[in-house]
Amino acid sequence: MDEEKQQDNLDIVWNKDTMQKEKEQRFREHIRDKEQERNEQYNKYVNEVTPKPDSVGDCIKAFITGGCICVYGQVLMELLKKFNVAEKNIPLWTTILLILTSVLLTGLNIYPRITTWGGAGSLVPITGFANSVAAPAIEYKKEGQVFGVGAKIFTIAGPVILYGILCSWICGLIYWVLHTFGLIQI
Amino acid sequence: MQNIESCITANDGMAGKQSVIFSKPVYLTGYVSIVGQKEGQGPLGKWFDEIIEDPMVGRDTWEEAESELQARTVSRLLEKSQYKKEDIRYIFAGDLLGQLIATSFGLEKYDIPVFGLYGACSTMAEAMSLASVCVSSGYADNVIALASSHFASAEKQFRYPLEYGNQRALASTWTVTGCGAVILSSRCNNAQNGRAIRITAMTTGKIVDYGVKDSMNMGACMAPAAADLIASNFTDLNVTPDFYDLIVTGDLGSVGKQIVLQLLKEKGYDISNNYMDCGIEIFDSAKQDTKAGGSGCGCSAVTLCSYLLGQMYAGHYQRILFVPTGALLSTVSYNEGKSVPGIAHGVVLECVNPAGKEAM
Repeated sequence: MDEEKQQDNLDIVWNKDTMQKEKEQRFREHIRDKEQERNEQYNKYVNEVTPKPDSVGDCIKAFITGGCICVYGQVLMELLKKFNVAEKNIPLWTTILLILTSVLLTGLNIYPRITTWGGAGSLVPITGFANSVAAPAIEYKKEGQVFGVGAKIFTIAGPVILYGILCSWICGLIYWVLHTFGLIQI
Repeated sequence: MQNIESCITANDGMAGKQSVIFSKPVYLTGYVSIVGQKEGQGPLGKWFDEIIEDPMVGRDTWEEAESELQARTVSRLLEKSQYKKEDIRYIFAGDLLGQLIATSFGLEKYDIPVFGLYGACSTMAEAMSLASVCVSSGYADNVIALASSHFASAEKQFRYPLEYGNQRALASTWTVTGCGAVILSSRCNNAQNGRAIRITAMTTGKIVDYGVKDSMNMGACMAPAAADLIASNFTDLNVTPDFYDLIVTGDLGSVGKQIVLQLLKEKGYDISNNYMDCGIEIFDSAKQDTKAGGSGCGCSAVTLCSYLLGQMYAGHYQRILFVPTGALLSTVSYNEGKSVPGIAHGVVLECVNPAGKEAM
């Protein structure tokens, strides 16, 4: 009889314990939900009060900047033709000269100013890519040739190179499959 | 005017949940600010002790440049306030760089015991709080509190190499190149126009995270922490916003300012009449293209150690609540998708007459 009673008591204690724990658990979940709700509302509010860039104006600036770089490339091509460079080598020379110009302008701290104004117009072309390689080279030179320039030169351009190669590999694979099954004939 | 001592609700200066009212007086006996060229050209230019034109400060790397800024600030501080370095018992200092290298290499030559602190851009108030505790408790007579930041070293650590061309977001801020330092002492020896400045109270901030993930909008990340701290200061000291002539946040910028005023309004406080943000004041954002304003530990430190203290000695402000704000992120936490929590620390500066009673 006594034992039974004790068992009952234990059950009650156990039940109380679990109830308490469940209550706490519910309370914690409630707090978490409240917090999440608060954060969502706050982020929405922040989004409202944060100034947005003027997309149309930025597009026009980017168009002008990108256009100027293309015109400069075209001028280089015409000049190369004048200097009797072989037709098939002209694109190669143009690319090299564009990169050279960009690297020089990076070193003279002019290129970042162009991008501040022109945005994607100077970020996207090959000159932007050259800038993204030259800039870390200059910045990390102080940390040595190996751990500085060597290790960090591709901190910005690295992802482009890696995923660029990956994409071309995937495209190559697709091409190979399609070609093997005779679906395309190029 | 309300008297701050009457606000003590618990024994021994503990006030409310997160504030302290210093029972033994802590005097501000020296201050210096050294800034870079861009800050010197800004609206507060004439208030700074020194403007250094060379961004490298005569050294070879950006990190060394920031260290040199700190070293020169301490030298100038000792010289200006006529202390010998042996008089200084501790330095509480911090910067933004990984492992506090600007502080380590900047202060090593002084041979003074150092506590290195990291509170992101709130470091100045963190240093002043701890220094005040140290002085008020009687464990130190003279303590330096110092914080620095450098545009180029911060840019290199948190964003891109300087020569990389990119466009800054409209809500982003420009890291201030500069170092500000104060000496806090148990005795007052530098009254100006019959005025001395005392640190009368501090409120220590909690880490507040409202889940903002945009590191280019740090004002929004830090505003909840600032609002939380300012409200806690009011409740802990049992005062109303007009208790202060000025409530100054560190580097919330134009976006954060709007948010903090709104958040405090929701809590029932209107501080729009006596509110200022160092980040907004230090640059002319339209002319200097700094977008939302200045930021960095140096921003609040140099603004305090130039314009604000100058105005207090001139008698324009009697009592200031100084609240630098910090965004607690690293490039790792950001890349791993974490939000950016904010923190703010508050220090109450008060004009008194040299005998220790309130002026006026």
